[in-house]
Amino acid sequence: MELSDPQKAGLQVMNGKHRDHRCWSCGDMRAEHFCAACGHVQPAEPTDYFAFFGLPRKLELDDAGLEREFYALSRKLHPDVYSLASAREQAWSLEKTSQLNDAYRTLKDPLSRTEYLLRLEGIQLDEQSKTATEQARAAGVDKKQTVPAELLEEAFELNMLLEEAKMGGVDKELRAQLRATRAGLMARLKTMQDELHAAWKQWDGGDREATAQMVDVLNRRSYLRNLVRDINEALD
Amino acid sequence: MADDRVVGIDLGTTNSLVAYMGTGPTLAHPDEPGKGVFIIPGEDGSNLVPSVVALDHDNHMLVGNAAREVLLTQPERAVYSVKRLMGRGVDDVQEELKLFPFRLAEDLAPGEVLRIQLGERSYTPPEISAQILRQLKRNAERFFGAAVKQAVITVPAYFNDAQRQATKDAGRIAGLEVLRLVNEPTAASLAYGLDRKQNGTIAVYDFGGGTFDISILKLQDGIFEVIATNGDTHLGGDDIDNLLIAVAVADIAGDLGLDARQHPDLVQRLRRAVIEAKIALSSRPAAELEVELPDGRLYQRTITREMFEQMIEPIVERTLEPCRQALKDAELTVAQVDEVVLVGGSTRIPLVRRRVEELFGREPHSELNPDEVVALGAAVQAKILAGGSAETKDMLLLDVTPLSLGIEALGGVTAKIIHRNSTIPASATEHFTTGVEGQISVAIHVLQGEREMAKDCRSLARFDLKGIPPMPAGLPRIEVRFLIDANGILHVSAREQRSGKESEIQVQPSYGLTDEQVENMILDSFDNAERDLAERQLIEARNEAETILTALAKGRHNPAWTMLNFSEQRKVDELESRLRLALGGTDYNPIRRWIDELNQATMHLAELMMDAAVGSALRGKNMDSTDVGEGPAAPHPIGKAEFS
Repeated sequence: MELSDPQKAGLQVMNGKHRDHRCWSCGDMRAEHFCAACGHVQPAEPTDYFAFFGLPRKLELDDAGLEREFYALSRKLHPDVYSLASAREQAWSLEKTSQLNDAYRTLKDPLSRTEYLLRLEGIQLDEQSKTATEQARAAGVDKKQTVPAELLEEAFELNMLLEEAKMGGVDKELRAQLRATRAGLMARLKTMQDELHAAWKQWDGGDREATAQMVDVLNRRSYLRNLVRDINEALD
Repeated sequence: MADDRVVGIDLGTTNSLVAYMGTGPTLAHPDEPGKGVFIIPGEDGSNLVPSVVALDHDNHMLVGNAAREVLLTQPERAVYSVKRLMGRGVDDVQEELKLFPFRLAEDLAPGEVLRIQLGERSYTPPEISAQILRQLKRNAERFFGAAVKQAVITVPAYFNDAQRQATKDAGRIAGLEVLRLVNEPTAASLAYGLDRKQNGTIAVYDFGGGTFDISILKLQDGIFEVIATNGDTHLGGDDIDNLLIAVAVADIAGDLGLDARQHPDLVQRLRRAVIEAKIALSSRPAAELEVELPDGRLYQRTITREMFEQMIEPIVERTLEPCRQALKDAELTVAQVDEVVLVGGSTRIPLVRRRVEELFGREPHSELNPDEVVALGAAVQAKILAGGSAETKDMLLLDVTPLSLGIEALGGVTAKIIHRNSTIPASATEHFTTGVEGQISVAIHVLQGEREMAKDCRSLARFDLKGIPPMPAGLPRIEVRFLIDANGILHVSAREQRSGKESEIQVQPSYGLTDEQVENMILDSFDNAERDLAERQLIEARNEAETILTALAKGRHNPAWTMLNFSEQRKVDELESRLRLALGGTDYNPIRRWIDELNQATMHLAELMMDAAVGSALRGKNMDSTDVGEGPAAPHPIGKAEFS
């Protein structure tokens, strides 16, 4: 591990000021990641992941196109390309490529893409995010979770089954019951996918209210996934 | 070009290699100009340099085959498999110490970087590795006849931050600028990909001397994108050897009543014997173990392949779970893997091949020598970094971090901030605040690993964010940025946002050398190099002095001597005695000086002798006995006189 000075690392925090997109090297072209005229990498600046790829904040994405763009930008920005360049360009290349990788990783996965957009829109998702759940689990704290109304009864029954499993082990009958419950939950997860896609369409069409729907789907989804995980653990 | 050759180095647990990708015809490909990726052989002509470092009786460092001989006769003066100790603390290596004869320095303080006792000094693992690297550097420099200063070095894909940093330190200590650390399986895929430009998914199964890696890559138009990687940095052919040694030790104790563990040299002879048997068993149904005991008795045993496979089955089995995990992480089924490539010497074992074939449902590739393919791939990456060539033009490696990066959160829990298998460079920004009014520092514990509790993960560093302006609790907002670079090494930077004040961070790596320590080690090696150089120059000067003195003795009996005048003779006499005096010392400088002066003073004598020789040749005499050179063009006639 090494320590680096943010200034030296080329991570310029611009405090909201927008940088003039002029190539530092040839001074000529409007340039975002690298100069269109001379190809030199430009300084990294904080940017949102959609903007990094030059995309509008829309959720329905052409996956293959995103991958093509990721590869094309990698070829131009990657530190391998700058291993003989100046220390300054090496630092920018490192920063830019880490932004590129972070952006691609976030956008290519439909769920993390949705969560990211909601965060950008100022909606805190921490309550049901994967990390929050993991942390609460590891710390042995029961995380406050609001049980979606439609799942109340099912969740209650499942908890009884899981209690039973904890006390007396999983016999053949219980195993079958757990499996059946899991299949039901999985089917529901699948329909949620469709709900999410419907919300995306609304958002992309300009309906800003669609965020509430997405939050709702993500919440229920995360609750369901936790149930599935509990079943998997009991069955193991 | 001669000065910026970038070589590729495979710094292995058992063997190390150095390779180069040239642009012109090469030894390996004399008929294919521009296609040359080749291993640079050592002085003894072999491609593999055993990763063994030893001290000879003059306390000189030996590396490679020479060191391996010392290991057999004086195991306490040799170190092998040091890669297992790279980037690890005393607590980590307790298991290793039971199996390997590492002698740790006795004065190790807790939390200090390990040191291994070798002769009268102790060395850190990066220093031992640096000896191996320096040997490879020398091999390359001899091959090119020019300095080599930059290298790409491979590491196991599953190496953590500390192990990578230790490898980079070793490079620096050896006087090499490490342009990149490349993961071994990924390097292998580059070597394979050079010849076959095709798209698809490949799995690289890399089972070496001390480490196991599995990497799954997607190849698309020259982009080598690692999707997932997994492995075990302490699982390799070494473990198979140890198993066989344990069997032999038990035999010897039971049948012959001797505790072999009390005889380190016997253990090393057993080690060599079981390695030979292991290798033989890859091509034959049975192999003989035959080792002489210290009391002259002979230990003999036949190992059949069936017995061997039964014994090593659990070890081979341990490689399969990481494969399944990597597939799971890549969200791929075995059917979606187009090709499987075998890398590492241990993949020569038929059982290993069978298990891999069963798991992936297809016959694995092993066209390229599994011992050499990683070094060849490192050379390809070196070429890419050095500006590339026509064949590497479209090639780009996108690798991942093998382990999740986390920080310790409340309750000793790991909060993951960069997940494993994220493409690198990768970064994460975290915000921290204070819990007490007026608090001016915040402690951060950085971890690497997959476990939920911090104590079960690898501790990378603890550091304090200092110099936070005193504010009510919870008000400061400290932004800490974690960035994993293309080498898989973590960089940390921090700032307090509320006051705009740059926070001062003190990082105490949990294991690892400080910059200052590395600097000192570099100086150390320069001192040694200077001492080595001085010694060599002394030897050379002495040899040259002997040559000129012998020639002079002959010259005195030559009729030409009498043709010199008295003062010329006196001058030569005086310089001769001065040179003989200087020869008694250990400084080469005065020896050189009197050689030069004597050379000057005998110039006339040499000319006279030459004239006489030419004269007699003209008279048709046989020149053989009086030949003093190639004629008038001979650079130093009196020096040449010894040919007579």
